[in-house]
Amino acid sequence: MSSVRFRVLPRAALSFAEHSLRRTTEKWLTIALLTLPGMIIFLMFLLIPIFQSSYYSLFKWNGFGPPTDFRGLSNYIDLFKDSVFIRSILNSLILMSSSLLLQLPLALGLALLVGRGRLFGRQLFRAILFIPYIFSEVITALIWLYVLHPNMGLMNRVFEAIIPNFKYIAWLADRNIALYAIFLVLTWKYFGFYMILYMAGLQSIPKELEEAGRIDGCNEFQVLRFVTIPLLGRTIRLTIFLSVLGSFQQFVVVWILTQGGPVNATSTIATYLYKYGIQRFALGYGSAVAVVLFCITLFFSLGYQRIVMYQDYVLRD
Amino acid sequence: MSSKRFAYILVVLTLIALAIAPAVHAQDQVVITWWHINTDATQSAFWQSVADEFMAANPNVKIEITVLENEAFKSRLVTVMQAGDPPDLFQSWGGGVLWEYAKAGLVKNIAADLEGEWRDSFSAKAALELYGRNGEYYGVPWTWGAVGMFYNKALFAKAGIEKTPETWTEFLDVVKKLKAAGITPIALGERDKWPGHFWWVYLAIRLGGEEAFLAAYNRTGSFEAEPFVKAGEYLKELIDLEPFIEGFLGLGYGDQAAAMGDSRAAMELMGQWAPSVQASSSQSGGLGENLGWFPFPAVEGGAGNPNDVLGGGDGFAVGAKAEPEAVKFLRYITSVDVQRRAAAIWVLPTVAGAEDAVKDPILQTIIKARNEAPYFQLYYDQFLPPAVGQVVNDSVEKLFAGVATPAEVAAEIEAAAQRELGQ
Repeated sequence: MSSVRFRVLPRAALSFAEHSLRRTTEKWLTIALLTLPGMIIFLMFLLIPIFQSSYYSLFKWNGFGPPTDFRGLSNYIDLFKDSVFIRSILNSLILMSSSLLLQLPLALGLALLVGRGRLFGRQLFRAILFIPYIFSEVITALIWLYVLHPNMGLMNRVFEAIIPNFKYIAWLADRNIALYAIFLVLTWKYFGFYMILYMAGLQSIPKELEEAGRIDGCNEFQVLRFVTIPLLGRTIRLTIFLSVLGSFQQFVVVWILTQGGPVNATSTIATYLYKYGIQRFALGYGSAVAVVLFCITLFFSLGYQRIVMYQDYVLRD
Repeated sequence: MSSKRFAYILVVLTLIALAIAPAVHAQDQVVITWWHINTDATQSAFWQSVADEFMAANPNVKIEITVLENEAFKSRLVTVMQAGDPPDLFQSWGGGVLWEYAKAGLVKNIAADLEGEWRDSFSAKAALELYGRNGEYYGVPWTWGAVGMFYNKALFAKAGIEKTPETWTEFLDVVKKLKAAGITPIALGERDKWPGHFWWVYLAIRLGGEEAFLAAYNRTGSFEAEPFVKAGEYLKELIDLEPFIEGFLGLGYGDQAAAMGDSRAAMELMGQWAPSVQASSSQSGGLGENLGWFPFPAVEGGAGNPNDVLGGGDGFAVGAKAEPEAVKFLRYITSVDVQRRAAAIWVLPTVAGAEDAVKDPILQTIIKARNEAPYFQLYYDQFLPPAVGQVVNDSVEKLFAGVATPAEVAAEIEAAAQRELGQ
């Protein structure tokens, strides 16, 4: 018996090994072929431009002809000496932290209200609350340009009706208010998106767990605090990630509402990049801004995914 | 060979032949590529008809028009210029930007064609000069205007103002009178920045004239020189009177035009297009007979001639690779006949023979001011390298917002000029 097995086994093993080797190469070849178009596009439109930007950022270059005026790191030095750029970073940070502290909790609260429970007409509310997110950013900004108009805007009219002797506020013209007016618009636009994400997260929480909590004597707040929110952790971590990146890259709404003004009061890194890089034909300098923005988002993404979101991936697998 | 395969090969061959045919045919044909930015339906239809006429008269010429919106045009043009492949005819505002292209050899010198009759036909001489330098010309203007003060006659009458102001002091008095009568004196949309920079530039022209500007531009002088600092100080006098519409720092040019058109403000400093924008962006549909115009007031003791004018317009530049037919077509565009017809739609003609086709009295005054200006100052953001032009806009905005002194504004502009134009 054993001799029979001995005679057969090497052949079978050999052919199996051969076969499996061929299968792996075939598998990898297929993967390579199928991803090739995507890889080429990724390479051409993402990786190469990133390297090009880093290269251009070392030159003083107005965009005509090839860059020749090599300046080393002087663009970066000028950048961090420019108070407007520092202001832009601070503004981006303000937008980011207000999103985390106000926009996301608001979205979560609304998701808890309309995402489940027995609130009357919650499906209607759900639809209405989601509408702002469907509008394009340009449309949103144009609508709010009218709402915030200093003389004829809806905002001032509403306040006038509520508060006696209300003095009209020029929302976008006051350097101390404009950034918060923009934050208001961004919140209006994006809370619906986060609300939907939270609702999806809530649906995946088994009802039994919350019921178990109640049976064990938790009140509704305690159920929320110790069962629901911890179980929603993965969604919350994801929304924080999206919200931070979105704040840093915000351009359209700011540009249409204020163009970064009055006097740079609402300038973000992205509007700074457009204004100083494109409008002033300083493509070398602009590239330096782009590289800095890229580094900020890249390091945040990598760090956050590694440290905070890592657990989500592991749990998944 | 199966008949199916034969049919297949036949189809392929026919397709190849069809693809090649126009290329072969095109060899004895001249193609002119033409980029303009007149996206308005009537205006672009007009340019199409002009091209059709020329093609009918010159069967060997084919004109390919590309109509682009202003901003899209600018970015597309930069791309083709970088590739060294400019269109044969393209929108140009003249001045420093065009000269940059000339330096890089991207535009064609048409001085020889221009010499004589064609050149003499232009009434907007100063404008024509902006399309050339050192005896070379790279294009011609076909509409040209000037910036001046538009005012609401009814509101002036209501404030008891009988005469339009001729000096800066008189002008400030007018502003005070309007304020006293409860009327907002000036419409301004400073979010867009360029509407505000007109004020500073005009004051600099009145105070320093051609000499101060060219000295600063050629780097024998400086933007920190007295006239430029003083321009800021005079402007600050005006700003301190708080004459502008509520929230002007957050409003755009559209709001400015609407405030004028709906009589919510009495004046605006703007170019020749102002009446039509007032009409299209206001509820009233424009001021009509109630709209008046006067030149920017003189400044007592200023070195500039009170008739000097700030303004600009549109022209077409000729790309370096253009065939002679493109120049011929450009000449047709600025012929009296085409200019007269264009004037009926929107153009302020640049050739003498077509000027009487403009009927509007305000526009006639603007044409006169433009033709008679001893010195014509092109918009800074067209004349200067884009970086400097933008800095002018941004720094002057600080003056309007009250966060920089006149001297700081001048210093910022000078720093940008040193960076871009040299020490």
